[in-house]
Amino acid sequence: MAYAIEMLHITKDFPGIRANDDITLQVEENTVHALLGENGAGKSTLMSILFGLYQPTSGTIKVNGKEVKISDPNVANDLGIGMVHQHFKLIECFTVTENIILGKEPRTKLGTVDMKKAREKVVELSKRYGLQVDPDAKISNITVGMQQRVEILKMLYRDAKILIFDEPTAVLTPQEITELMQIMQNLVKEGKTILLITHKLKEIKAAAQKCTVLRKGRCIGTIDVKDTSEEKMAEMMVGRVVSFMVDRPEARPGDVYLDVDHLNVKGAKGTLAVKDFSLKIRAGEIVGLAGIDGNGQTELAFALTGMTKIESGTVKFMGEDVTHASIMSHYRHDMCHVPEDRHKHGLILDFTLKENYVVHSYMEEPFSKNGVIKMKAIDEYADRLSEEYDVRSGEGKDTITRSMSGGNQQKAIVAREFDRNSKIMIVVQPTRGLDVGAIELVRKKIVEQRDKGAAVLLISLELDEIMNLSDRIAVIHNGSLSGLVMNKDVTENEIGLMMSGGLSKFDEEAKI
Amino acid sequence: MKKFFKIALVAVLALSLVACSSSETPSTSGDPATTGDTASINIGFVTDTGGIDDKSFNQTSYEGIKRFASENGLVENENFSYLQSSGEEQYIPNLSSFAEEGVDLVAAAGFLFTDAITTVAAQYPDVNFLVIDVAGIEMDNVQTANFAVNEGSYLVGVVAGRKALETGTNHVGMVIGQESESMNGFWAGYQEGVWSVCPDCKISYDNSNSFGDTALGKTLAQKQFEAGASVIFACAGATGNGVIQEAAERRQNGEDVWVIGVDTDQYELGLYGDGTESVILTSMMKRVDTATYNACQQIKDGTFKGGNVDYTLADEGVGLPAENPNLTEEDLAAVAEAEEAIIGGSVTVSTVPQTSADNPLIIG
Amino acid sequence: MTSKKHSTLVVSLIAVILGILVGCVILMVTGRNPLNIFVALIRSLTGFSINNPDRGINMMYPLNWLLSSMPVILTGLSVAFAYRTGLFNIGGEGQYIAGSIACAAVALLIDLPPVIHTIACVIAAALAGALWAFLPGFLKAFRNINEVVICVMMNYIALYFNDWFVRSFLPIDEFTLARTVNFPETVSLGNLGFGTASQFNYGIIFVIIAVIVFWFVMEKTTFGYSLRATGFNSEGSRYAGMKNRRNTVLSMMIAGAFTGVAAAIVLIGNYSYGRIYTGFDNFGFDGISVALVGGANAFGVLASGLLFGLMAASETQFQILGIPSEVSDLIQAAIIIFVAMQYGIRLILDFLDRKTMKDKVKEVA
Repeated sequence: MAYAIEMLHITKDFPGIRANDDITLQVEENTVHALLGENGAGKSTLMSILFGLYQPTSGTIKVNGKEVKISDPNVANDLGIGMVHQHFKLIECFTVTENIILGKEPRTKLGTVDMKKAREKVVELSKRYGLQVDPDAKISNITVGMQQRVEILKMLYRDAKILIFDEPTAVLTPQEITELMQIMQNLVKEGKTILLITHKLKEIKAAAQKCTVLRKGRCIGTIDVKDTSEEKMAEMMVGRVVSFMVDRPEARPGDVYLDVDHLNVKGAKGTLAVKDFSLKIRAGEIVGLAGIDGNGQTELAFALTGMTKIESGTVKFMGEDVTHASIMSHYRHDMCHVPEDRHKHGLILDFTLKENYVVHSYMEEPFSKNGVIKMKAIDEYADRLSEEYDVRSGEGKDTITRSMSGGNQQKAIVAREFDRNSKIMIVVQPTRGLDVGAIELVRKKIVEQRDKGAAVLLISLELDEIMNLSDRIAVIHNGSLSGLVMNKDVTENEIGLMMSGGLSKFDEEAKI
Repeated sequence: MKKFFKIALVAVLALSLVACSSSETPSTSGDPATTGDTASINIGFVTDTGGIDDKSFNQTSYEGIKRFASENGLVENENFSYLQSSGEEQYIPNLSSFAEEGVDLVAAAGFLFTDAITTVAAQYPDVNFLVIDVAGIEMDNVQTANFAVNEGSYLVGVVAGRKALETGTNHVGMVIGQESESMNGFWAGYQEGVWSVCPDCKISYDNSNSFGDTALGKTLAQKQFEAGASVIFACAGATGNGVIQEAAERRQNGEDVWVIGVDTDQYELGLYGDGTESVILTSMMKRVDTATYNACQQIKDGTFKGGNVDYTLADEGVGLPAENPNLTEEDLAAVAEAEEAIIGGSVTVSTVPQTSADNPLIIG
Repeated sequence: MTSKKHSTLVVSLIAVILGILVGCVILMVTGRNPLNIFVALIRSLTGFSINNPDRGINMMYPLNWLLSSMPVILTGLSVAFAYRTGLFNIGGEGQYIAGSIACAAVALLIDLPPVIHTIACVIAAALAGALWAFLPGFLKAFRNINEVVICVMMNYIALYFNDWFVRSFLPIDEFTLARTVNFPETVSLGNLGFGTASQFNYGIIFVIIAVIVFWFVMEKTTFGYSLRATGFNSEGSRYAGMKNRRNTVLSMMIAGAFTGVAAAIVLIGNYSYGRIYTGFDNFGFDGISVALVGGANAFGVLASGLLFGLMAASETQFQILGIPSEVSDLIQAAIIIFVAMQYGIRLILDFLDRKTMKDKVKEVA
């Protein structure tokens, strides 16, 4: 079997830190090869070296058996290496075709761009690899999944033989993930080689043949995926035995803390996104809200936290009506909120980590006194939070959060919100973008908060998470409650049906 | 504050030492005061915010200095030069810089210099100052030059009134740049001149409140021409250029409209079409160059005195240009007649204008 | 990727040097002596004339430098304050005129003892500037109307309002009819000219206070913290429960107040009478450049205000040395362009670093 890429004994030093330590990665032709590791394990550095963004301190790189020196990304492109970045690099107001051909436009005799030819080529490529996209749609009008396909087509248009996917599923819905897996298979069938960077074990199981595991800059080993269990891979990645199932003692629910009654909320389009929605959550229990993305979860979370106007119905926090109260007043009624969009809402990206830790509490002592910020108290608090929630960043608490990895950003938000020890917790997608170790930590903390007596509403697109953590499960479909069941009495299949509107089920026991 | 001063002084001294070491080869362009013949005369001119090439006040004043210089063999940037002010707050620094350079005469034009000149002249009693269009400064080293603009405006009023009669509109106009004492002189003289030949003439009057808004000038001209004015007296610096533009466009469309220029002979500014014809009927010239020239001459002769100097029609301080291609023999005869009457004293021109409140002929 | 290791200060200094070099090149091309730029700058900075060393030091020039820096530091703070909250205050001209109207009104219509009267004038000007900035802030916060459009309109409203108000309510100087009578002696910022003709005055105290207030409020208070959060990410700060709308309005008003103080200092210090404007003084617009070059922080604005003040004060020296005053404008413009290009400058610095590192590696090898 020939290797498409060989990175042999790669070591990369940065001032004060060795990011890659004698890593060897051999990728066979015509396979999907996964690169697995926690955030900060050295995956990005290794790929940056392969892509010519960094030069290795020592080690050699071979492409198709020939030793090469990749001095910059153009060299990588010429060698047929293409990268699908986690954050797409597309021009929003251009069409799909325009984005794909940008920088390598076919020309007419007059020297103008030959759009007809370009369009044909794009259509032909998308047919061959099973990547259905509308070549004339504007990027701003297509879904994230489609945008990713455009990124892939960009690589194919440039005749890339080796495609690197950097965390490709982080931004996708479950359906899109399934489709992406299929696309990868098609690509391999057509003679491409794929290097998949991820920390999601399920996807590796589904798509990859071989898997190289990195931990703390070292290569732990390369394994055959079909012979290795997820647990084993997780153990290799984290360095200890990881439990996916959080130990969750029986809930002992108390008074109703969160009372949502006949709620109607309008969405961005002006139509009702949440319809006649009622739900009660008691102290000391976790209610998971399952649903397919875009069925009103976002609007519901905004309505409960005061971030959007409620059309009709009421929301009560511990008996007090907060339906039309300000956001600040929601927090004062002892609520915390892990928001869905960590960049838009969760963080002030240009603030430092410590400044982000106090966005709700900067007005309170000890963080400020008489309107003056007490930086020392904030410093101490930040150190404690980062320690407790394992938030890692380059310059500690003074790191600008924009420069932190997605996983650590998410951990910082979770740390800030959970540390408030609120009575009412609105938690949306708390483990999105986190690696296995961090997921375990966050899930434990959620249960911990429950046991301290909090009423938790967990909104997640990942059914695993809902099934794993919830005491009761509510299902939302098309803005309405389509099911309310006890976790112990329901199967994954039934929930799936309720999510798609094929089943409506309300347990007597689950009603309160 | 004393401490700050000390620190500043130390810093300055330190920097000066550095500066000294690099000053072995002084630049040749030099300061006006110290290079050249020490016996020769040095003159500095400070412009207002309009700049040296405003085709008006500043430019003409400076031309008087240049004329004197060329007659006396003085060299620009050595014996005489100008400083442009980018803002009103630059007046005092500019005036005092010339004074620091030790020039014999610092000249400036415009009533906005009143306070600046007063302040700086008090600071430098040994330097002579000339300021044009300023009244009310009584200092030994400050000469103020004023022009009987009311008399000159009377003459162009006569021309405008005759034109209104000729075209049959019986309507003329005026656009000013800002209400002020000196503007009142223009306005009063113009009124009397117009009504002396055409007692029923209506006069449109607008204050643009700007000397630099060409677009506004165009708009106001549009308004007055639409109201029926056949001649507009544009006393508003660059705003007046808009009046001229509007008139030029209308003339090209066959309308019989005219503009009277101000301060200098603006005939060239009013050329339109193939450049052989101008919308400028005539101009009310203020011989500010005479004022600067005379002051320079007085410095040379040692006769320079503080106090006010009036330049009237009799002194040829105001008047029409020597050449007036758009005026007929009859026009010129009428102007000459009015001129004689004023100089002879049979007509006294007012400096206080009538307002629209007491004269229905004025359309505000 | 560019690193942050090259500080804004270094980048700004390089921009300044490059700007001056551009001026030198222009002078060379037009056949003038480029060294005169430095002669002029040193004269304005120190009062020392390189061409005439025997004249010694003339304090008038450095004092004039400080004098011309005072208003642009304040308007720079104004623009910077709004900018930190994510707002673009291009309404400085209007706030400036509003401030000068209020200053003149308090000076001429109210009798107060010395010092107190002056302080009252400055406070009135600050309040008027704030009031003038209220409307754009309010419309931005509650109606989401672009503040730039409203600000520009407010500039012209102020310009014409000034004419009407001053002529209607304040005593007009009868010699010119184009300004008010002089302020009473109780309104004065004194003179710190140290015997020179400079009008440098105690207004500098207000400037220093303003810089410190800006720094303290923005960097040290909870209010400043929430303003910065709003500026960086208004949705994020809304999520956090901050009062974004109130912050937007207040931030504009505080920005307006800084400009109002600038108006009072110029009016009392340089003119001592109420003005009837026929055009803008441009300090408000200059403030945009000052804030940009100063990186929108208190001490950066102080430094860049001193730089722009130096350029303004040097215009006289430039012209005396035969350099057109436009060259000074050109240098300012070039500096702004280079600061705007700081990303590019950082790239070049990084490149040079890498090159020297490579050379070192070669040496070792």
